[in-house]
Amino acid sequence: MSLSLSILLTIALAPLVGSILAGLFGKLIGRAGAHTATILGVAIACGLSFHVLYQLVWGGAQNFNQDVYTWFEIGNFHASVGFMVDRLTAMMMVVVTFVSLLVHLYTIGYMSDDPGYQRFFSYISLFTFSMLMLVMSNNFMQLFFGWEAVGLVSYLLIGFWYKRPTAIFANLKAFLVNRVGDFGFLLGIAAILFFLKTLDYQTAFDAAPTLVGKTLQITQNHAWDAATVIGILLFIGAMGKSAQVPLHVWLPDSMEGPTPISALIHAATMVTAGIFMVARMSPIFELTEGALSFILVIGSTTALFTGLIGIVQNDIKRVIAYSTLSQLGYMTVALGVSAYSGAVFHLMTHAFFKALLFLGAGSVIIGMHHEQDMRYMGGLRKYMPVTWITMWIGSLALAGTPFFSGFYSKDAIIEAVGESHRWGANYAYFCVLAGVFVTSLYSFRLLYMTFHGKERFTVEHKAHGHGHDAHADHHDDAHDDHGHYTPGVLEHAPHESPWVVTVPLVLLAIPSILIGFFTVGPMLFGDWFGKAIHVDEANNVLGELAHEFHGAFGMGLHGFTAAPFWLAFAGFAVATYVYLFNPTVADKAKSALKPVYEVLNHKYWIDELYFAVFAKGGVKLGEGLSKVGDAAIIDGAIVNGSAGLVQRIASGTRRLQSGFLFHYAFAMILGLILLLGGYWLIGQ
Amino acid sequence: MITLSHYIVLGAILFCIAVAGLFINRKNVIVLLMAIELMLLAVNTNFVAFSRFFGDVGGQVFVFFILTVAAAESAIGLAILVLLFRNRSTINVAEIDSMKG
Repeated sequence: MSLSLSILLTIALAPLVGSILAGLFGKLIGRAGAHTATILGVAIACGLSFHVLYQLVWGGAQNFNQDVYTWFEIGNFHASVGFMVDRLTAMMMVVVTFVSLLVHLYTIGYMSDDPGYQRFFSYISLFTFSMLMLVMSNNFMQLFFGWEAVGLVSYLLIGFWYKRPTAIFANLKAFLVNRVGDFGFLLGIAAILFFLKTLDYQTAFDAAPTLVGKTLQITQNHAWDAATVIGILLFIGAMGKSAQVPLHVWLPDSMEGPTPISALIHAATMVTAGIFMVARMSPIFELTEGALSFILVIGSTTALFTGLIGIVQNDIKRVIAYSTLSQLGYMTVALGVSAYSGAVFHLMTHAFFKALLFLGAGSVIIGMHHEQDMRYMGGLRKYMPVTWITMWIGSLALAGTPFFSGFYSKDAIIEAVGESHRWGANYAYFCVLAGVFVTSLYSFRLLYMTFHGKERFTVEHKAHGHGHDAHADHHDDAHDDHGHYTPGVLEHAPHESPWVVTVPLVLLAIPSILIGFFTVGPMLFGDWFGKAIHVDEANNVLGELAHEFHGAFGMGLHGFTAAPFWLAFAGFAVATYVYLFNPTVADKAKSALKPVYEVLNHKYWIDELYFAVFAKGGVKLGEGLSKVGDAAIIDGAIVNGSAGLVQRIASGTRRLQSGFLFHYAFAMILGLILLLGGYWLIGQ
Repeated sequence: MITLSHYIVLGAILFCIAVAGLFINRKNVIVLLMAIELMLLAVNTNFVAFSRFFGDVGGQVFVFFILTVAAAESAIGLAILVLLFRNRSTINVAEIDSMKG
């Protein structure tokens, strides 16, 4: 039996319909109507996605690959909209729609009194549609459409609170940095069209082996290997979208958006689009050692160095944002050692526990009345027990505690890197191992600073005369609205969030614990992905690991004896000592290691560098062009210059028109004489 | 013996006097009109001379027409002159330059 087209169309279009209803008719259908319509749309997509996954895995359905609609035709070039659904796609669809559904639900609580309620629901449903188009695509054109559409929605949502200057700055930054990546991506797609003459996935992958030996003359003396060029260009696209060094700068700033967005777009789904894309293109990437080494080095750098920044951050969302960067680095490392299924597996587990952490952070932020600074939290566990427990589960999964989902995926990646002999693998192995310690350190630091220890805030009841829930009015412009805002002083005691917020937390905590245990065997070491992911026999590091794999339980037990666990435990121990028992150590360490702290606190000055070089440079270039190009050449020479020339000529000629008859007569006679004289001369 | 050349030279001299009258005169519009008349007469002299020389009466007929038209034209010219004087109180050529660019 095969998958039916109508089901796939419904999956993709149901969120779009919800988005249109909430976006265009938001006033008409009201708040309840908007969230009902969008949640219904996403729920349909989610249910059918599970159905599709079920059909593919247990129902014996064939992979689906079919064009649905002709988008446009130019000459011989044919762009179509089509779906390619295999297990890789189905898994992504399930992850995307499931997380999206929970985030929709969560949003009801988080955005309850925001004036942009309907707009928000419209955006996140539109995002779900775009992301589904991206993962379900069967050609590069539609992939690019989805790629740009999720980028657009990300831009809109980072700047959702458009009255905040910081949000506008952040969304502009995200947009511009992504343009850099997209430029590479577009060139990569163009290179595929140039070499393989097609943008259809299946045709391109079938023809991919013909790339071997082809070269592209880019620089004067050196012909570049075609597959390497394509690989690196496509990966530059992934670097932008998946926020890899040096294009990672936009992701921490994207935390200006509402927290549900940080969970859905900037942690679980959109930022993993780059990882998904590289895994999907594995037949092309497998042809090129060079590009994979490039990916490996970039990924491992991201994994370690962005994690280090997370240790010194005080904003609860920013810690998780840097953690996301670091985990994306892990996925990229896995891609770099040809462990594509390891990357996708980590993508899946990470989607659950990172969405959980973000939504938990959002719950803390609601509970703390929009305080995001962890220095003013502490001891929250007795106020918000559900959030506390679920955040612990998420952090344990993130730190790679054996039997939690994060353990299986991260441990597999680390071991795969250890097995690999690719150029850069030693560096990567060091980075991912050190990263484990760092991950554990900042995760537990976050937990201790937020939920444990002494309360570092005071509650002062002020005579405001508004109800308990009135704080939500300040969603729109959070702190700005508090003229009297002082850090660490709350108007009301912290409180546990409503059920629409905690239920998604619980629903995400379950897969955060369990999904790794149940899927590690088939997905990582079995042939679960089938032909969706292609790995050369020589590069098959996961295949080698599979020989040592004896069930998820054995792997978990073995995890207790391996280096990553002890590194994670060391991170846990350090965090426990420093942040739970002896908080003064943190300050002492800070002043003792001041240079290191400064480097981390300034994020290696990369933002400053980009700002000085690109932003300032761009402004300078613009000023120069405006002065020289516009003011001098266009205005000065062309527009005013031509007018001035006419004026000068006219003021010269008007002297000829004296108004005296005898001047005219003289001119006539003179002309006649000249004419006759001329004739006479010629006649001679 | 008076030949054709004498007539043509006479016509040329008359024409040159007329042109000189146009250029040199900067005082009086009436002199301008007279100079124009003189130009026409120079042309007429040539017409008559050629007519006689080629034995074609057509030329002399033409002279009659030209004289008639010239008379009418002078009348109009003088009428304009009268109006000009009424409006500007002057017929000084050097002062009449309102068509200046």
